[in-house]
Amino acid sequence: MLEYLQILGQEVYKIFFLLVPILVSVAMIVWLDRRIWGLVQKRRGPNVVGPFGLLQTLADALKYIFKEIIIPASANKVVFILAPIVTMTLALVAWAVIPMSENFILSDINVGILYLFAVSSLGVYGIIMGGWASNSKYPFLGAIRSAAQMVSYEVSIGIIIINVLLCVGSLNLKEIVLAQKDLWYVIPLFPMFVVFFISALAETNRPPFDLPEAEAELVAGYQTEYSGMMYAMFWLGEYANILLMCAMGSILFLGGWLPIIDIYPLNLIPAPIWMILKILFLFFLFALIKAIVPRYRYDQLMRLGWKIFLPFSLIYLVLTASFLFYFDKLPKGNF
Amino acid sequence: MIAHSIFFYFFSIIAIFSSLMVITSRSTVNSVFFLILDFISVGCLFIMVGAEFLGMILLIVYVGAVAVLFLFVVMMLNVAEQKQSWFIGKKSNHLPSGLIISVLILLELLVVVGGWKYKEDLMSSSTLILSDVSNTHQLGLVMYTDYILYFQLAGIILLLSMIGAILLTFRKRTGVKRQSYFKQISRNPSSAIELKDVESNKGVKIND
Repeated sequence: MLEYLQILGQEVYKIFFLLVPILVSVAMIVWLDRRIWGLVQKRRGPNVVGPFGLLQTLADALKYIFKEIIIPASANKVVFILAPIVTMTLALVAWAVIPMSENFILSDINVGILYLFAVSSLGVYGIIMGGWASNSKYPFLGAIRSAAQMVSYEVSIGIIIINVLLCVGSLNLKEIVLAQKDLWYVIPLFPMFVVFFISALAETNRPPFDLPEAEAELVAGYQTEYSGMMYAMFWLGEYANILLMCAMGSILFLGGWLPIIDIYPLNLIPAPIWMILKILFLFFLFALIKAIVPRYRYDQLMRLGWKIFLPFSLIYLVLTASFLFYFDKLPKGNF
Repeated sequence: MIAHSIFFYFFSIIAIFSSLMVITSRSTVNSVFFLILDFISVGCLFIMVGAEFLGMILLIVYVGAVAVLFLFVVMMLNVAEQKQSWFIGKKSNHLPSGLIISVLILLELLVVVGGWKYKEDLMSSSTLILSDVSNTHQLGLVMYTDYILYFQLAGIILLLSMIGAILLTFRKRTGVKRQSYFKQISRNPSSAIELKDVESNKGVKIND
């Protein structure tokens, strides 16, 4: 029994050292997002609190902690409180399988990519629960929009993942990265990378697809009735999800922790730094798109998802499969 | 093994409890939430016995997509209406048909559990060789060789049901203005604006 406790203690220790950097980097990424947004619009963005305004998010978080949590009288209390907790937990739980380097990974499971896909598809529950439990019109409309949007774009993300898996021949995230040793999949599967990127924007409710919280129509969508720390949890969960999507993109297409070319000065840089750089690069694109693209209309969003991305990625899947089959490049697998 | 059995009982107790709550809870939305909890704990049980692919697929398909649609439908129901006395006090007249279905399901379960003894004959496969191959690979090996016909049939049935559902709900509305992207993009200033001399007391006819 003591042995189990020891193992449990070790695991808790490891999880702690994974969660704290993620939470800190989420705070930093919020600052980066606002900063880039400001610079694109020729503003300065948050630059007052701490050096370069780096502590702005911490100050915001402190403010949220001391704010009162208001629960509407007609709300379903249990579900209302559960919703931000679900969002936050699911956003953090997915990081368990992300490999930062060949050995730096919390749990190296066989079906890593499926796990990521499953957790990101569960993310919709936090939003639906929040929207429904508020018992108010705008949150409910926001929740319905968000659910429809996330379910539609998951389909094309799933097919894109199948595209990559066809080339790798394994569901293990580590093997997906190692299979890109010679050629990152962003080159042969470039159209799929673009579709994945746009679907990731829609999946995380980022602009130009932030219709669930379109402030012009729905006040703040599903978060309208939330205040204080509960709002902050939604917000942190959302950014953790964005980081997760960036990590997924860099694993599937940008070769994870692998350096650009395996030559002398570049392969001295430790693997996790490469991974972080790639995540930051993708996040930089996310932030730029938020600043420069106007919001989509809802029917345009649905049309893009179902009538353009879905057929396109299906056709590309057939093309990839035929190419691999014809040139006898199908992965033999390790069995 | 202790940890394994602790986790097994943990997940199975949650699964049984939540499945009971699905049929007993008064609020329909709560029922669906318990159904989701049930799916998740059954998925965990799948992963515990080593069928990680099935567990994950259960999570993705049932929890990630099917239950979301359930929740959609149930949330549209009027909550205030369900709290009225007629809903709670009303006696159900579906008792006989429900009884028949549940007896049928019980019989089926008995047959399945009884047939477990003969599973060597029932579930034999010529291609499947048990080894340390991951179960995703094993499933793929069996599904696309021995059971390809059933697999394809299942796919066709699903496709047909999708087409059927679309056909049932499809209706052509008249008098709706639709956006044509090609028309919009191919417009240019010279063809979009037309100058007309308007005669007094006659007007012009505008056609779109």
